Amino acid sequence: MALSDQAVLSLSPGFRFQWEPAQQTHVLLFPEGMVKLNASAAEIIRRCDGSRTLGAIIDELGHSFTGDTVEDDARSFVERAYERGWICEARAA
Amino acid sequence: MSEDGFAKPAPPKPLWLLAELTYACPLQCPYCSNPADFDHYRDHLTTEEWERVLVQARTLGAAQLGFSGGEPLIRRDLETLVARARALGYYTNLITSGWALDEARLGALKEAGLDHIQLSFQGPQQQLNDRMAGAAVFEQKLAVARLVKRFGYPMVLNFVLYRENIDRVAEFLDLAVELGADYVELANTQYYGWALLNRDRLLPTRQQLERAELVANEYRRRLAGRMKVYYVVPDYYEDRPKACSNGWGNFFLLVAPDGTALPCHAARVIPGLVFPNVRQANLSWIWKESPAFNRFRGFDWMREPCRSCPERFKDFGGCRCQAYLLAGDAADTDPVCSLAPRHGLVLEAIRRATAATGVEAAVSDTGLIFRNVHNSRRLTAPLERSPLGR
Repeated sequence: MALSDQAVLSLSPGFRFQWEPAQQTHVLLFPEGMVKLNASAAEIIRRCDGSRTLGAIIDELGHSFTGDTVEDDARSFVERAYERGWICEARAA
Repeated sequence: MSEDGFAKPAPPKPLWLLAELTYACPLQCPYCSNPADFDHYRDHLTTEEWERVLVQARTLGAAQLGFSGGEPLIRRDLETLVARARALGYYTNLITSGWALDEARLGALKEAGLDHIQLSFQGPQQQLNDRMAGAAVFEQKLAVARLVKRFGYPMVLNFVLYRENIDRVAEFLDLAVELGADYVELANTQYYGWALLNRDRLLPTRQQLERAELVANEYRRRLAGRMKVYYVVPDYYEDRPKACSNGWGNFFLLVAPDGTALPCHAARVIPGLVFPNVRQANLSWIWKESPAFNRFRGFDWMREPCRSCPERFKDFGGCRCQAYLLAGDAADTDPVCSLAPRHGLVLEAIRRATAATGVEAAVSDTGLIFRNVHNSRRLTAPLERSPLGR
């Protein structure tokens, strides 16, 4: 299951990422489902746009957020999102 | 809540809007969740009225939108409504039997921004499917499934399970694999509307259910990562009730073809509640203020054993319609719950249905009441309003 840093990530087919004004939160919408995303999860999902590698996403987050665990937290979120089928590998870089 | 020192939870939002565009349907499934008296509600909302509903619900927070029915494809303005919904930011789901959906129509829906299509089957092969649907539609469904795939949609198949097809779950799942489905819902019939009228002939036995679940689990393991398999058990065989609609007026908002706003598919059967109509009132008032949407909202309406039950936050006391339909009182504990004073009614229903399985499968559709205008008129309100099981 482990994704390599070279994996280019995108949202899975049928998934949509958007801001919900009524809930004041970002969400992922998919067939008959919706998940609310916290701020850091939203920053990761926003970058899964078919143009960035996992490594690049982690790098960018390191610049936007401070803290010792940013990288580990991001990796574990990406793994979970991948296992749940929210995001997929667009292609190998 | 407030007496514990906690802030009151945020007011609920209707995140899921189900737009039942019409009660018209070319199929006649005897387990249909539409009310048995659907033929009484003929004055369907216009395109402009639906557009107003979409705007108002979106403002309240609705994000998932199902276009359902009846058969929603019967509405010629479906593309217009999909386009409007998409522009408002909804995730748009089409819940269809696949009837008459061809390449041109699907192209137009895709163009309008439709996000997803859920296609239902009545059986895993033509003979049973078409007999239960009351129409020759199986081949058409296969063609639609291929089209859905070709247009790049995620494929969601819904297989409704009942006594006569539940032993064929493996065939259903093989069909799903062959068609390249991404999600499969094996949805046991829930006993409301037409399904309740036909309960003795539709409810599977416990042994059938257990076998089907084993098969579903085996496929789920085998297909992990390729196809998601959901198995919805019929609540009659559970010890605890389902969290019906995630709580009354908590999450789910249904607008019926005639504009009646409902907290669930079946709520119209409950006597003494006046459900508001979007023609007379704005959805904000309907959702937040109307007496009907507040009647069973939250926990204050509950009696024992629900009132002090730690599980009430999880199941919300089960289903109000089922409490009425089975026990004759919508404020009762859902009789499905083994702690309910009237739980015996569910056991009796199972006993009766199981006794009826002695009837040969070959003649098991004898006596099924198919969902059509003729039967709706024949049965009309009185039957739907008199609770079964009493």
